[in-house]
Order: sequence, then C-alpha cells, then structure tokens
Amino acid sequence: MIKTKSIIGALLVSMLFAAVPAVAQEAAHATPEIQKEQWSFSGPLGTFDRDQLQRGFQVFREVCSSCHSARLLAFRNLGEPGGPEFTEGQVKALAAEYQITDADGVKRPGIPADHWPAPFANDQEARDANGGALPPDMSVLAKARGTTQPFPWWILNYFTAYSEGGPDYIHALLNGYGTPPAGTEIPEGKYYNAVFPGHAIGMAPPLSDGAVTYEQTEGASVPLTVDQYSRDVASFLMWVAEPHLASRKEAGFQVIIFLVVFAGLMYLVKRRLWASVAH
Amino acid sequence: MAHESSYVPGNFVEKWIDDRLPIIRWSKEHLMDYPTPKNLNYWWTFGAILAFMLAVQIITGIVLAMHYTPQIGLAFDSVEHIRRDVNGGRIIQSVHATGASMFFAAMYIHMFRGLYFGSYKAPREVIWILGVLLFVLVVTTAFMGYVLPWGQMSFWAATVITNIVGAIPVIGTPILELLRGGFAVDNATLNRFFSLHYLLPFVIAAVVALHIWALHVPGNNNPIGVEVKSSRETVPFHPYYTMKDLFAVVVFCIPFAWFAFFAPDILGHPDNYIMANSQVTPAHIVPEWYFLPFYAILRAIDFNILFIDSKLGGVIFFAGAILVLFVVPWLDTSKVRSGTFRPIFKWFFWLFIANFVFLTWLGSAPAEGIYVLLSKVATAYYFIYFLIVLPLLGRFETPRPLPTSISEAVLAKHESPVTAQPVTASH
Repeated sequence: MIKTKSIIGALLVSMLFAAVPAVAQEAAHATPEIQKEQWSFSGPLGTFDRDQLQRGFQVFREVCSSCHSARLLAFRNLGEPGGPEFTEGQVKALAAEYQITDADGVKRPGIPADHWPAPFANDQEARDANGGALPPDMSVLAKARGTTQPFPWWILNYFTAYSEGGPDYIHALLNGYGTPPAGTEIPEGKYYNAVFPGHAIGMAPPLSDGAVTYEQTEGASVPLTVDQYSRDVASFLMWVAEPHLASRKEAGFQVIIFLVVFAGLMYLVKRRLWASVAH
Repeated sequence: MAHESSYVPGNFVEKWIDDRLPIIRWSKEHLMDYPTPKNLNYWWTFGAILAFMLAVQIITGIVLAMHYTPQIGLAFDSVEHIRRDVNGGRIIQSVHATGASMFFAAMYIHMFRGLYFGSYKAPREVIWILGVLLFVLVVTTAFMGYVLPWGQMSFWAATVITNIVGAIPVIGTPILELLRGGFAVDNATLNRFFSLHYLLPFVIAAVVALHIWALHVPGNNNPIGVEVKSSRETVPFHPYYTMKDLFAVVVFCIPFAWFAFFAPDILGHPDNYIMANSQVTPAHIVPEWYFLPFYAILRAIDFNILFIDSKLGGVIFFAGAILVLFVVPWLDTSKVRSGTFRPIFKWFFWLFIANFVFLTWLGSAPAEGIYVLLSKVATAYYFIYFLIVLPLLGRFETPRPLPTSISEAVLAKHESPVTAQPVTASH
C-alpha cells in the first residue's frame, strides 16, 4: 500500500537530489537563453556522426587550431572507433605533416602517438598574439561550458540526460556575433557577441560562409555556412572532450536493461520469500 | 537484541575454529540470525544501500588512485588520462564521481527516515550519534575528493571552505595554515587532501561497524515505533532482509547507472573542466549540491551579532546546523517514536524537509537581493525545528493511540482472515 505522504516524501527528496546543479549553472551567466540544438550524440542512444566529426575536424584544423591548443588530443585518437575514424594511413600522413619539438628541443615529424601541437609556445606568447586574450585549450572545452534553462525546465534535464550544454553554447557563440545594440560600448580590439558573458569577446568572428571548403561526398550536399560549420565543429569538440562517449552510452544502455530485468527478478524472489510472513 | 546462538559447528574444522576464534558463530548470529522487525518498510533499506555505496566508492577509488597524480601541474590531466586512456577508466571515474552524489542522496534519505520515525530515541541514541559522526566524516571526505580533479571549482571550493576554519578566533589561522600546508591553497593542500581522502573512507568503514554494532544491541526501530515484544514479530535478517535490501540496492542502481553512463557531468559544474587558476575567480563559486543547504546557512549570516562579526557568525551557524543533530535525541521530548502517530509533528517535519530542499536551492542562488532574506528565513526555521518545535511539541501534542504491538499493527493492516493468522517465520 502506497501512502500519500510516502509519495510526497519521495518527491521532495528526489527534488532535493535533482534540483540543484542546474540552478548553479542558471546563475552563472547573464546571457540570453541559448536554444537546445539537435545533436546526434544526445540522449541515451546518442552516437557521433562520423562524417560530421570529419567535417568538424577540418574546421578545427583550418580555423580553430591556428590559435587554440588541444593538448589532450593525440593524432591516434582521430583513428579510434567512435570518433572521426580516419584510416591508419590518413592518421600517419596527417601526423607527419606537423613538426613536433621533443624534450631536447629537436624537431621531427609527428607520429600518431604524438599530441596535437600547440600553436604557441606558452600562454604569454598566445596572449601577445591575441590582443591580451588567452585562447582557451580545446581539449575539454565542450564540457567546460554550459547553458541554463529557466525554472522549472531544467528539472527535465535530469530525465533527458541533457549533457549538450557545451556544444549548444559553442554553436550559439559562433553564431552570436553581430553589431552591438545601441548603448553597448565595446572596447577596442574586442568584438560584440550576444552570447559571451559581458558581450565583449577577444576572438574575432572566426567563421564566415564559405571559409572552409568541405570535400563533398556523393549524394549529400553540406551547406558551407557559419551555422553548419559551427554545428560540425561543436560536435567535433564534444568528441575531443569525451572521445568514448558513444561506447559509454552503449554500455549504459546494456547496464540499465540488465538492472531493470534483474530488479524485476529480485522483486519476484523477494515477494515469494515474504509471502509466508505477514508484515 | 539478546538471543541464543543457534550455531552448531558442522564438522571438525568448524569446531576447531569455533573454539579458537568464533567468527563463524559471530557471523551467523549477526549477519544471518539477527532478529529484525518484520514490518520494516522500504525507507529502511537505505542502510544497506549506503553500505553498498561505501563499498563502491572504496573500490573505484582505490583503482582511481592507481592512475591519479596529486600534483597541481598534473592532477587535472591525470583525471582526463583516466577517462581517455585507462581501460574502463571512463566508467570507473564516472561511477566514483556520480557515486558521491548517490551516496549523499541515500544518506539524506536515511537521516530523514531516522528523524521521521524517531529512530534516535532511547535506547538508540548512540546509533544516531555515530550516524551524525558518519555524516560529518562523509562530508569531509567528499569535500576533499572534490578538490582532487583540480578544476576551477575544486580550487575555489577548497579556498572558500578552508577559509571557514580561519574565522575561528585565535586558533583559526594556525589551523587554516595546517590544513592548507601553507598560506594559500596549493600543491601541499592537494597532497594532504589526497592522503586524507584515501584515509577517511577506512575510518568511515570502522565507524559503520560501530554504527551497526550499536544497532544490534537494541535491535531495529520500526515504522510504528513500538518495541518488538516477541520473537514472532521478527524475522531472521537472512534471508528476509538480505533479499529485500539486495532488491532495493538493484533498484537504486538504476538511477545511479542513468547518471554514471548517460549524464556523468550533470551533477557537477562545467567550470570544473577548467584547470584551477588562482588568478581567475569564477563568477559564482558553488559547492556540490549536497553541501548547498549548509552553504546557504553559512551565507545567511551577513550581520554582526554583538561582538561576533558576520564571518564568525556564519561559521557558528554552519557548524551549529550539524552539531545540533548530535543532541536531537535530547531535544525531542515526545515519548512517541514514530511520526505516524504524531498529527502535529508531521506538519512540522514535512515543512522541515521542504525547507531543507529550499535551502539547497538557496545555496546555489547568488548571495544577493531577495535570496539573502529567504536564506535567513529558511535558516531560522532549520534551527527552530530542532531547538523549539521538537522540545515543545512533546509537551503539547496529543499523539494518536499507539498499537500495543507490531503484531497488532500488522493484523490491523491485513484485515482478511487468511493473512491475519500469526505466522512464525521458518527457515
């Protein structure tokens, strides 16, 4: 017999449990609400779209990586299952295009085990080249940013396993450039961005329509627009931040199915065991 | 609960061991035969769930420690290394991180269950006190664990929380420096937190043993709060409660797995994926959700009380919010244990729970405007509940009539003649 107060209690406790981190994020930035986009990797069944990751990598390589580092990304990762899945030969050839400086200062062509080389030798050099602003490392950038939803909608996030705040933010930021509204002062060397906290961002608009030429595969035609680039590169950055996302979700799906079935069997055993006890 | 041992050594080897170290006898008595009231509901399964969670945290934690580097330049990347390159590391790491949240969720439910059903009342005060001690230990361990990934929130939480100690007059600063291993949170802090984060879980395990020992002397409380009167009102712990608890553990694992596999970061803060930087303060420093109610209480005191400045005042209320739990057995004057039979208490209790949830939310809100006032009101009720409501309610409330025994309560529940027959548990 389920009592009303048990339900109320369970509800309150689950609210307590579910409530808070999202509120924590809610207060983080006074920015316009960022829309949730459609991502192939969202939800319990999400996986990365290999073609999209390859396109996103192209944007990263041709645009982002000229200022941003990604120190945790190794060339070999680009050939691993669940990612862009370049062939072994492609990864080797790609790595060899880059010069890696060893600990003793000697330069040599890269190998797949090497990590993505940083565009600047140190933070100070990076700042000097970027008007004093430090381009953040992109290794886990997609998880270091988030979005907020007004109360009570963030409660839903716990039930949809919403974890795409980072890609949503990156997509919104890359499309957030524009002319500042009247009354907004933007300091020299900064750019107006509606999404960026404080609205004055040090990064010049990095993308423009047609800036990156995708290799078009037959049958599908991918638009060469800022919107498309930003979706692709946001997906790629999510993969860089969470390279095993697809296999983690796959394992989770199996685990939860197992647990539900196991719990059902356990309940039946429990009920049978207790059948002879009035309680 | 005093009872005769039913253990008979089955063979020569068991007999030989039993004469020297009666561990099998002890196990049979305490892990199998332990008489448990037959009317416990599912709120009582959270003890077993917590034991399970402690085991999960210790096992995953030991594996993580094999790959983690407690050095400020390497710690952040070593956690990422675990997630990226260690076999199974991404699952072990996310189970450990989300496990902390699940641990606290179970612990709060366990504590609220104790508060509702009066499980802290005589003769079970020591169980409750050890439980509060466990809460303090788990809070400390979780806080230190949160510092280890060395992200921005790790660093700033460490700075803010250790600062609390610095507010204590005279001895505060020396203790603060001892805690940090220097004047600011730095490599020495990370190292000692790692060391203590590894040590404390074993201290917790030892206190859990005492907690269970203290439980096994008077036996379990139960939902009607009337003591067991005869052995017919109990069932042996095994298989009845081992089975029920295991079922509950499996059910509990479903939301646990949901978070660990599908949204491991949703319970944390994105800023913790930015490496710690003592030069950049995050816009809002927010602790993990399970500390928020107490964080709200800490921040609610923004005024001076006589010669006590607001900082020390906040710390006194923060510490008081936990310390008051230790004396709850003596604050509650009602002779009736279970809230089920206390019509007025129920209202205050559920208001307390709602207030606690509200404090959690306030802890995450910025300390400005209306939130400050609301925090004060909510903090006031937190203390009023313990210091005024519980002592006075016992004197003025008229409880509903109690059933004379567990058997009577069970009979009243099952009015059909078939199940009403008293059944002796056999095994």
